[in-house]
Amino acid sequence: MNCRSEVLEVTVEARQIDEAMLALLHTILLHRSTGKFHYKKEGTYSIGTVGTADSDCDFIDFTFVRVSSEELDRVIRKAVCEFKDGLNNSGSDGMGQISLEFYQKKKSRWPFSDECIPWEVWTIKVNVVNLANEQERQICREKVGEKLGEKVINVVEVINRNEYLPKMPTQSEVDNVFDTSLKDVQPYLYKITYQITDSLGTSVSTTMRRLIKDTLAL
Amino acid sequence: MDSDLSPQDKKDLDKFIKFFALKTVQVIVQARLGEKICTRSSSSPTGSDWFNLAIKDIPEVSHEAKKALAGQLPGIGRSMCVEISLKTSEGDSMELETWCLEMNEKCDKDIKVSYTVYNRLSVLLKSLMAITRVTPAYKLSRKQGHDYVILYRIYFGEVQLSGLGEGFQTVRVGVVGTPVGTVTLSCAYRTNLAFMSSRQFDRSAPILGIIVDHFVDPPCSSQRPAVLGQPCNYRAPDEDDGGAFAGVQDSQEVCTTSFSTSPPSQMCSSRLSYQPGALPGAAEVHPTAANAAQVLHAGKEGGVGVVPCQPHGAETHLTGEPPLNTPGSSGDDEGLSRSAEERSVSPSDPVEYLNAFTRKVGAFVNKPSTQITAANLDLPFAAFAARGLDSEGSDPMVQPPESPPSQSPLQASLHSQGSEGSGPQDDFVMVDFRPAFSKDDLLPMDLGTFYREFQNPPQLTSLSLHISSQSMADDLDSLPEKLRVYEKNIDEFDAFVDMLQ
Repeated sequence: MNCRSEVLEVTVEARQIDEAMLALLHTILLHRSTGKFHYKKEGTYSIGTVGTADSDCDFIDFTFVRVSSEELDRVIRKAVCEFKDGLNNSGSDGMGQISLEFYQKKKSRWPFSDECIPWEVWTIKVNVVNLANEQERQICREKVGEKLGEKVINVVEVINRNEYLPKMPTQSEVDNVFDTSLKDVQPYLYKITYQITDSLGTSVSTTMRRLIKDTLAL
Repeated sequence: MDSDLSPQDKKDLDKFIKFFALKTVQVIVQARLGEKICTRSSSSPTGSDWFNLAIKDIPEVSHEAKKALAGQLPGIGRSMCVEISLKTSEGDSMELETWCLEMNEKCDKDIKVSYTVYNRLSVLLKSLMAITRVTPAYKLSRKQGHDYVILYRIYFGEVQLSGLGEGFQTVRVGVVGTPVGTVTLSCAYRTNLAFMSSRQFDRSAPILGIIVDHFVDPPCSSQRPAVLGQPCNYRAPDEDDGGAFAGVQDSQEVCTTSFSTSPPSQMCSSRLSYQPGALPGAAEVHPTAANAAQVLHAGKEGGVGVVPCQPHGAETHLTGEPPLNTPGSSGDDEGLSRSAEERSVSPSDPVEYLNAFTRKVGAFVNKPSTQITAANLDLPFAAFAARGLDSEGSDPMVQPPESPPSQSPLQASLHSQGSEGSGPQDDFVMVDFRPAFSKDDLLPMDLGTFYREFQNPPQLTSLSLHISSQSMADDLDSLPEKLRVYEKNIDEFDAFVDMLQ
C-alpha cells in the first residue's frame, strides 16, 4: 500500500506560526478522529460522540473547527510550540516544516519490534517573514486568513477522495490503528515531527522530535 | 438499481440520507448564527447523536427543513438547498451563498451501507463544518447585529444560483457514493459583495431569519406574520450537561451507533433538543435591551463631551438636557456670581474685573453666555495676569474675603460683551477644554476649572501690578525722608568709601 502524501505551504509572520499550524493540524485531525470505541459481545462495537469547537485566531482573520478534546488540544499545542521554538532559535531564515503522519502498527514476532507503517502524511511547509509596520501586519492578517481558508479547502478535498483508510480493527487490534490514550476521542495513530531548514536549504536539525502515541507496552 | 439493495439496507440508507440532510441544514444555519459553536465530546454513545457527531438540533430549523423536504428525500433532480442571505436594517437584501445537497446517478453498488456510507457521511459533515467557517459569509455572520442580519431559506428542487451575482465561486465539500447514487455537497458563494439596490426577490417562500435581533420580542411560536418569516430562536444558554430532553419526537428517529458484522441494534432514546426559546430566550433578550437603553442614556448624560465647541451649541445642549445637568449649569452660575462677589471690585480697574470673572474661565474654555473670556478685554497678557491674580485672590491668607459688592454697571456690560460669543478679539481660537474622565458640572468646581486654576504656579507678589503700583507709590512717598537720613550720615558714607580705596 502506498502512503498518501500531501504538502501544504504557508507564509506567515512569526507571531502567526502557532495559530496557522494549529488551524491546519486540527482541521486534519478533526477528519481523522472518531468517537471512542466500545466493544461489546458478539463482535459489535459502538462509537462515542465527537464534539466540535470553534477557535478564533488572535493574529489571523480566521476561525477553525477542532475536535472538542482538551487533551488532544494540549498535545498538538505542545508540538506546535516546540516547532515554533525550533524555528525561532535555529537562526535560520525562517523556513521549516511540520509533518503529521498517520500510521498503523504491524506486530512483528520477537525479536523484531513493531513496524510503523504510515498510510497518510501531511507536511506543512512554513516560511516566516518579518514585517516592518502595522499596516503590513494588518494586510498579512487578512491574507494569511484567506490562505488558510484555501488550505482547509485543499485538506477537505483530499480527505473526501475517500482513498485508503485502515480497516476497522477488532478489539485486540484497536491500538494498532487508533490512539486510544485519550479519554474522549480516538484519533488514528499519528505522530508529529518537524524539520528546520537553514538558509542553504538543507536539513540541519538533528533534533527530530518524535511524539509517538503508544499505549501498548511491549 | 434499488433491487440489489436489501430492504434493511434500503431502509437504513433512506434514513441516513434523511438525517444527513437535516444535520446538514443544522450545521449550515448554526454556522451563520454569528457565534462560536462548541459541543462536548462524549466517550459513551448516547444513541441520539447521528453520525457520531455532537450537532445540536434547533427545533425551528428542523421544522423548516422537514417542511421543505415534505417527506421526500434528496434525489436525482431533487436537490435540497439552503440559501444564506443578508438583510440590512434598511431593508436591502443580498444573497450570499447557496449550499446544495444533490444526488447524481453514479452508484457504488459494492459499498456497505451501514458502515462505510455512514462513516463517510460523518466525515462529510465534519468537512461541512470546516468549510462553513471558510466562506466569506462566515465573517459577515459573526459581525451581524444592528446593521444587518443573516437569513436562511430552505428549498427543494432545482438549484437557483442567479441571485449570487456575477463571478460567484463554487467549492465542493465532498461526495459520498451510495448504492442508489452519489451524494454531493457543495457551496456556491458570492464574490462580488458590492451592494445591490434594494429590490425584492420574487419568492414564494418567506425569508426566514436566523438571528433574533436582541431588541425584538423573543420568538416563541409559529404565529408570526408570513412576510417576516420565522426568525430562528436564539439558542438557549448552552447546556452541555444535557439540557432539556423533549422526549422522542418520532419513534423512528433513532440513530444507529453500533457497528459490526451483525445488524445495527435499535436503541430507543430521548433526543437532545431545545426548549422553545420563549422563556430563556426572553430572559436573555430583555436584560440586554434594558442594558442597551441604559447605555444610551448614560451616553446622553455624559454627552456634554460630544457637544461641538460653539457657545450656541453648548447652550442648546444644556437646555436640551434632562434636569440632571441643570444643577450643574446653575452651579456654574452660582459659582460665577460668588466669585464676582468675593472680590472687591472697583470699577476703574479692568484687571480686577478680570479676576472676578475668570474663575470659571480659562484660555481654552468656551462656556455659555454668562461667562466672559480673557480675550474680551483689551489688556496685554490679560489672560496670564488674571489667572495668577485669581488664584491669589481666592487665597484668604493673601487677600481676606471681602464683603460682597453690588454688581456694577461695568460688570453688567462685561457680561453682555461676553454673551456675544466671539468677542472683539478674535486672536484666540477657543478650543473646548474637556479634561479626560471629567463629567460636566454637578459641582461648582469641576475638573476643568481645577486644571485651569492650578495649572500655573501663582504669580509672585512682587510682580503683581496691584502691589507693585502700591509699593511704587510708597517708595516715592518715602524718598524725601530717606534722602534726609542719608544726608545726615554723609560723613559715615565718605569714611566708608575712603576705607575701600
